[in-house]
Amino acid sequence: MEKKIIATTSLAGCFGCHMSFLDIDERILDLIELVEFNKSPIDDIKNFTKQVDIGLIEGGCCNSENIELLKLFRENCNILVSFGECAIMGGLPALRNGIPIEECLQEAYIDGPTVGENKQKILPNNEELPMLLDKVYPCHEIVKIDYFLPGCPPRAELIWNALVALVTGKEMELPYEVVKFD
Amino acid sequence: MKDKIIKITSRYQNDRHRLMDILIDIHDLQGYVSDTDIEVLAQQLGMSEVEINETVTFYHFFSKKPRGKYNIFLNNSITAFMRGREKVKKTLEEECGTKIGSVSPDGLFGLYSTSCMGMNDQGPSAIINDKVFTNLTPYRVRKLIADLKSGKTLDEAIYESTGDGNNSDPDVRSMVFNNIRKRMILLERNYKKFEVIRNLLIKHSPDEIVGIVEESNLRGRGGAGFPTGLKWRFGRRVEADHRVIICNADEGEPGTFKDRVLLTEFPDLVFEGMVIAAYATSADIGLVYLRYEYRYLYKYLNRILDEMRKQNLLGENIAGVKHFNFDIRIQLGAGAYVCGEESALIESLEGKRGEPRDKPPFPVQNGYLGYPTIVNNVETLAAAVRIVKNGADWFKGFGTTDSLGTKLLSVSGDCKFPGIYEVEWGTSIREVMEMSGADDVQAIQVGGPSGVMISVKDIDSLGTTDLMKWYKPSGMMVAQKTFDRRLSYSDLPTGGSIMIFNSQRDLLNEVVMNFMDFFIEESCGSCSTCRNLPFLMKKKLEKIVSGHGVRKDIDDLLNWGRIIKVSRCGLGQTAANPVVSSILNFRYLYEQHVKAMADFDNVFDMEKSVEAANNFVGRKTILHHV
Repeated sequence: MEKKIIATTSLAGCFGCHMSFLDIDERILDLIELVEFNKSPIDDIKNFTKQVDIGLIEGGCCNSENIELLKLFRENCNILVSFGECAIMGGLPALRNGIPIEECLQEAYIDGPTVGENKQKILPNNEELPMLLDKVYPCHEIVKIDYFLPGCPPRAELIWNALVALVTGKEMELPYEVVKFD
Repeated sequence: MKDKIIKITSRYQNDRHRLMDILIDIHDLQGYVSDTDIEVLAQQLGMSEVEINETVTFYHFFSKKPRGKYNIFLNNSITAFMRGREKVKKTLEEECGTKIGSVSPDGLFGLYSTSCMGMNDQGPSAIINDKVFTNLTPYRVRKLIADLKSGKTLDEAIYESTGDGNNSDPDVRSMVFNNIRKRMILLERNYKKFEVIRNLLIKHSPDEIVGIVEESNLRGRGGAGFPTGLKWRFGRRVEADHRVIICNADEGEPGTFKDRVLLTEFPDLVFEGMVIAAYATSADIGLVYLRYEYRYLYKYLNRILDEMRKQNLLGENIAGVKHFNFDIRIQLGAGAYVCGEESALIESLEGKRGEPRDKPPFPVQNGYLGYPTIVNNVETLAAAVRIVKNGADWFKGFGTTDSLGTKLLSVSGDCKFPGIYEVEWGTSIREVMEMSGADDVQAIQVGGPSGVMISVKDIDSLGTTDLMKWYKPSGMMVAQKTFDRRLSYSDLPTGGSIMIFNSQRDLLNEVVMNFMDFFIEESCGSCSTCRNLPFLMKKKLEKIVSGHGVRKDIDDLLNWGRIIKVSRCGLGQTAANPVVSSILNFRYLYEQHVKAMADFDNVFDMEKSVEAANNFVGRKTILHHV
């Protein structure tokens, strides 16, 4: 069987989902028999070098770079999976969604108790920086998402089951103990 | 105020577990609880202010801001909307001079919305300072508000005659109607009060009583259907100094109101059931968790308990049974649907936020204050009395093989005779429609928003079998005439809520949206799935009905319906049901809105979404390859 190609990335996430991915432990050796990694922090390939079968997206979209990267993944992946709470629903970063972005910036860079020295009241506006979105968007509001893997983070067992199911085309097993929220 | 609070807390021995009672007393006194009050409470109860704030902010009927002299909580169930809630709301706002969610400038009226308050057969209804006003119309609202403005008391304002049966009892005096339409073995009138406690307990060992209930195959009537005898046996098994029987009277599933009627007409039967359960499980602590909406029954129910104490049906060596000591206390809730979940209910009884516990351990192992605790529904306890009195074999003469006995249905919506129907398990949907006089039916919601919405059209194929498998226990795989589907644990299980919608109703815009609003409002917020997904699903539904949806959106909704099953409790696990079951049974309603050819449609506009932040920090929007 030809190896499936996988790419992964973390947008507005904490890399916790990737850490949980690594919790499949020694099974990563089995996985590597089944798949080949392309663009991913796991092998540190920075750019897509070919069309990919499965893309795993951690995190939602909080800035313009997230949007561009997500669209890039959509173009280069046949199947795109929202992987973890933030990708599916915005997660912790989306806690700012109820607050106007101006207030968030004001608090984060000027008024907040942990700001320290910012006498000139500088706000980050360098063109090198990604532009902030008005709110944090779940991935499916930006591009078409094929599958959703829940959890904060998704359990290693769930990630393993899902990947094996996607790669082998067999039905996925989702016992409550594996998907249960806490 | 400080002295008054100290007086209140000392009434409860400064016990932090009585925080609900303490907060209710403070609200009775001044209508809200201030930060200074919370400081005092924290000192008195040896808690942190944060802990007290956690509880205060959790419940609808608690407030940290001053409210009005009269606080009007207008019900927002779907059936209330169907019976003219919008006009009533408008009139209320005009007459009171304020909008829903605020207090009038003169401080006289506070206007609020509240979830289903168990009056679906007589809505729109409202709670005004613990009194229930039903069948509201603009005319009645104008008269009521004018009366209150002119200085009449609420009691005087219940100007029309009180409701039927015990609703006219001097300790109840409410305008609520029972609307009992059909009686069978549970609601039969020839109930001889406390006969089982007096005559039968002494003849049977606790084990024998559990045996009778087990033999009868009685299953929990709240909706989940757990075998009652088994629950009692589990509760007996654990070694403990105390054991607890809780009667769950937090009837919150929109559309059910049968417990309200049982507590009005047969409180003795329910309490007798608690005593029997206590005897069977050697419990000594009894608690009734009464939803705040039914507070108008509080005084009356306590009177019954007092009468029972006088007759030695509660207290020590009950009815002459040596060492059988048991008493019952009624605990008021404060407005939270999730507290009907047994572990959330226990948390609330302990004075905390009503957040469900992680299980295991289950309440039968580790419940109220850590003691083994058996939580039974009002109707279950009442049925247990009939079973112990008449025997398991008698009970087995009613119902079907997998669902024995009868069930109280709370029927509301588009039918001529909304109210309570006691039917045998196995009754078909067609029969329910005939009984209640529902001629024009588009859909029936069985089991409330967390149940299923069924179509009365014949169903040949329903989506993919894969999905059907997941959404058990709706049992819809079998293609059959929906009319003939039967109420039973294997086909259509239900806590008894039946809401009927006629062909004029807009199921998606009116009904499903209303149900999703309910779940968004009532989530305790503990699991992110239940906190967020109903909100996202509602947004997606709005996208679909506004014409922006694609087929994939429908599939996404179904997939999210699966994801939400990871939640900790039944509320979360079923919060997607309005959407999922309406897709499974009314897919054409969704299909007619979506763009058939489009693969994906979003309304996201990068330029617009970065505008606010860029303006604020002072930079130009430069878009690359987007």
